[in-house]
Amino acid sequence: MSILLFTAFIFAGSFGAGFLGSLTGLGGGIVIIPLLTVVFGVDIRYAIGASLVSVIATSSGAAAAYVKEGFSNIRIGMFLEIATTLGALAGAFLALRLSTPVIALIFGIVLIHSAYVSSRHRDESADLVKPDRLATRLRMNGTYPARGGLVAYNVTSVPSGFGLMFAAGGISGLLGIGSGAVKVLAMDQAMRLPFKVSTATSNFMIGVTAAASAGIYLRQGYIDPGLTMPVMLGVLLGSSLGARRLFSADTKKLRAVFGVVLFVLALEMIYTGLKGLL
Amino acid sequence: MKETALEPANHETEIIIGNLLRAGVIAAAAVVSLGGVIYLFRHGQAQVDYRVFHRQPADLCAVRGILERVLSGQGRGLIQLGLLLLVATPIARVVFSVFAFARQRDRLYVAVTLIVLAILAYSLLGK
Repeated sequence: MSILLFTAFIFAGSFGAGFLGSLTGLGGGIVIIPLLTVVFGVDIRYAIGASLVSVIATSSGAAAAYVKEGFSNIRIGMFLEIATTLGALAGAFLALRLSTPVIALIFGIVLIHSAYVSSRHRDESADLVKPDRLATRLRMNGTYPARGGLVAYNVTSVPSGFGLMFAAGGISGLLGIGSGAVKVLAMDQAMRLPFKVSTATSNFMIGVTAAASAGIYLRQGYIDPGLTMPVMLGVLLGSSLGARRLFSADTKKLRAVFGVVLFVLALEMIYTGLKGLL
Repeated sequence: MKETALEPANHETEIIIGNLLRAGVIAAAAVVSLGGVIYLFRHGQAQVDYRVFHRQPADLCAVRGILERVLSGQGRGLIQLGLLLLVATPIARVVFSVFAFARQRDRLYVAVTLIVLAILAYSLLGK
């Protein structure tokens, strides 16, 4: 295939992946990798490099909006970034040493888990928990804007949140995705942050986390400019359009169809992974 | 009282961070697009295959080599420069946060932010 035609296909596919990724809350990276590997036959290492870069683009774009609205908790984000960046380094080092079938296998499992998490209804009414001593010392408790004025919230279980964030960073660095599903687990369920604050803060952290592993991938020659160009531009455009439609369109049916497609792609990746190992 | 949540200084910081992130992404996308046009114009008819993985040539993996390719007008060098700008965007946000926390005399978070910065520096510049 000529470069021109290939680039056009990849751009269109990445646009769709970014659009659906942001509409369903899964993120562009976790959709673009199976598309590149299963549909276009791209080696997963190229796909990871390209995806990681597009994850930085979309999360920084989204974080810009959230931060201005005052939903992101910058202190929590900064503190947990110690865990996610360390995890991202570990994940990237692991990726350089694992064989591609193993990476595909892990990816398939993470993809199924993420699709499951994003399909569940998230509890938006977080009740006020007791302030934790460590969280108070780290000045993590805060407020966020709501219809009736500022709403205060407290934070708890900082150590387990920190540990889960290390894992989230590791998955991000290993697979080239934002790993939003694990971050939600850490911040919603362990640290008990309100839904909007955890979404906004997670977006805020994804860019820095991905930058930590992108440095390693770039220096190791995993980031191919010819492939990354249409992926990054396509995902960025698609996801900013998807974010705009997020609150207007009824996405229930779309989510269901998309969930089935992702499940099939995940099974395909697990199958190729296992086949490569045996 | 939640003493730190929405001090004026803090909200100002949030707006600057938001603008910084947006500007970085737009600049990176513009440079990548320009490089992409040059690349496709020159090599659009060539064949491509990403089935088999080859590492990029060494000069596309480091800042200096990328800049040399940009100066010789190469599309792929320009794309890679745009990608570097993109990676630098969240890092610039961390650098800015060091100063923002210092201005608020928040020593604890100056230290936290410096640790993150050190990890990022290791990733980009380490051996």
